[in-house]
Amino acid sequence: MTTPPVLDDHRGPMPRPPEELETTNGFTVWLLRFGSAFVVPAVLVVFFFAFSFLKDEGVNKLLQVGVALVVGILGVWALFWGMDQLVSLLPRRAAAAVRPFAFVGPAIVLLGFYLVYPAVNTAILSLQDARSKSFIGFDNYVTVFTKSQYLISIRNSILWVLVVPFLAVAVGLGFATLADRLSKHAESAAKSLIFLPMAISFVGASVVWGFVYYFRAPGYGAQIGVINAIWDGLGGQPVDWLRLQPWNNLFLMVILVWLQTGFSMVILSSAIKSVPVELQEAARIDGATEWQSFRRVVFPVIFSTVMVVWTTVVITVWKTFDIVFVMTGGREGTQVVAETMVREFFTNRNNGIGAALAVVLFLAVVPVLVLNVRRFREEEAMR
Amino acid sequence: MTTTEAEHAAIEAPGEPRGPRLSKLPVYLSVGVIATLWTIPSLGLFISSLREPRSIRASGWWNVFGHLFDATTWTLQNYRTALDQGFSNAFANSLAVTIPAVVIPITIAAFAAYAFAWMEFPGRNVLFVVVVGLMVVPLQMALIPILKIYTAFNVNGTFPAIWLAHAGFGLPLAVYLLRNYMGSLPSSIIESAMIDGADHFTIFRRLVVPLSVPVLASFAIFQFLWVWNDYLVALIFLGNNPKVAVLTQTLATLSGRGEGALNLLPAAAFVTMVLPLVVFFGLQRFFVRGLTAGSVKG
Repeated sequence: MTTPPVLDDHRGPMPRPPEELETTNGFTVWLLRFGSAFVVPAVLVVFFFAFSFLKDEGVNKLLQVGVALVVGILGVWALFWGMDQLVSLLPRRAAAAVRPFAFVGPAIVLLGFYLVYPAVNTAILSLQDARSKSFIGFDNYVTVFTKSQYLISIRNSILWVLVVPFLAVAVGLGFATLADRLSKHAESAAKSLIFLPMAISFVGASVVWGFVYYFRAPGYGAQIGVINAIWDGLGGQPVDWLRLQPWNNLFLMVILVWLQTGFSMVILSSAIKSVPVELQEAARIDGATEWQSFRRVVFPVIFSTVMVVWTTVVITVWKTFDIVFVMTGGREGTQVVAETMVREFFTNRNNGIGAALAVVLFLAVVPVLVLNVRRFREEEAMR
Repeated sequence: MTTTEAEHAAIEAPGEPRGPRLSKLPVYLSVGVIATLWTIPSLGLFISSLREPRSIRASGWWNVFGHLFDATTWTLQNYRTALDQGFSNAFANSLAVTIPAVVIPITIAAFAAYAFAWMEFPGRNVLFVVVVGLMVVPLQMALIPILKIYTAFNVNGTFPAIWLAHAGFGLPLAVYLLRNYMGSLPSSIIESAMIDGADHFTIFRRLVVPLSVPVLASFAIFQFLWVWNDYLVALIFLGNNPKVAVLTQTLATLSGRGEGALNLLPAAAFVTMVLPLVVFFGLQRFFVRGLTAGSVKG
């Protein structure tokens, strides 16, 4: 990793008085560093929770939002400023050693509290019983990998990860390639339509598709879902698509494909546009068909972007819980790991199984984590 | 005109986009088919939301095409009812959750990113790699322990509790994006500010933050959409209290009522979508950048 030019206070224009060099020892500096890291989060927490009116749900919402905004923007900023002033009171050399921690510390403290500690704690909870009272070894993991309901979750999650990213990338890539040939206005209008679902929440999308799949038993009124209406029109009996095992899994996956294709299309579209026109023209002059020129010229150039998009969608899909939770509640053989985890821990109050499933979710994305860090290192090395 | 341009002109008709070999019609046709397929679900819901409650139950939304200009076809009644039945309150709650949950992590991350990019301290590289690595820790890993702590301190179901949770979960991406951007600012301007006697806080406030507006905006939009559309964090940390429930929770509850809520669901769904759609289309170009780096979050 290359280091950007370092700008320490002691390299400033003012020559520092020599006696200050000796005024601090390492231990004090480390103490001050830790102290400065904790001040901002601590004051923030005390402020938020000491004032009961922020907790009181009966209080005017606008007042709450107003206070929150003032604290969020000015308060946090003022805290950092105050911290910086405090650090400046230190001897010059000590201040230079402590100041970076006053800047970076609050982020590290929050991350430690909200991600690092919980991750470790969840790993421990996964080795304990449902109420986190005693250690039971790897029993929760044995349960997760042997009991059929959890095995179905894992199987379904794997299917989601295989199907959804493939379809989202394939449709996105195809659409981006075709739209690239339209006139500018037509292209941006068409892309907006594909892109629009990106702004919709997974719960909102579930409602949207709930109407598409809507089912009424024959004799209970007209089919108001578009699919059953078409099916009906073709002479079929109306089908409760979300209970039609095992195909209901596929129908739920369609929702996420609908949501994620816009993402892959936009990223891949900009990758396609960065392929030099000369390359494609050279291929064309050599007599390549459109398909050959795409397959042999464009695709190899954008391949690394395709991989980035694919892994990104894989992670999103793997962690998606809302769609299944809202549409079927995990019934009818549609459960997935992320949704089962929430149900076990939140609805069934089984901390042990919930934590074990969370660990399974995490371990499965570790390879991606390694890839990400490695990619970051490579990017840094190239800069 | 250079030779290459002349060749271009010879191959392509003037003003024509790339790919002259494919004839236009199949391209327009397939793009049109995909775009239509993608639009029908939300268009259908939107049309439903504007129909009489009775007609929503009685017939499919496509029946409006028979009497488009009939005054009795359209009504805003569903929106009024939905807003009266908890959705205006939920809208305010969503705002109260989202705005601080966007602003707080941006401020904290900006200071951290500046330190990672322009200050020297022991453990800098290791800490940064750890922060980037935390992007891939699933949200699910954090739920049980944080809920336990919140319950112990009796702060569950409060707005500050969910602000800080969202801030914590959003930080890895924010620090990563902002540090990469701030690190790519030219070092000469920062060095010359140093030589003029500016301290780090002044350089950060006067130089680096104003220069980083594009990346701050793209993260803000990303985090806004993420928090506004979040269901999981709200469900766990706000609980089942309808007084503090945000839009996604209220919509999920309504959708659980099945046939009884059929007339309200479409309008309610659009109430939850209107703000993200406005933000999204108003600020699209900022968003794409955040998207590329950011979708591994959470």
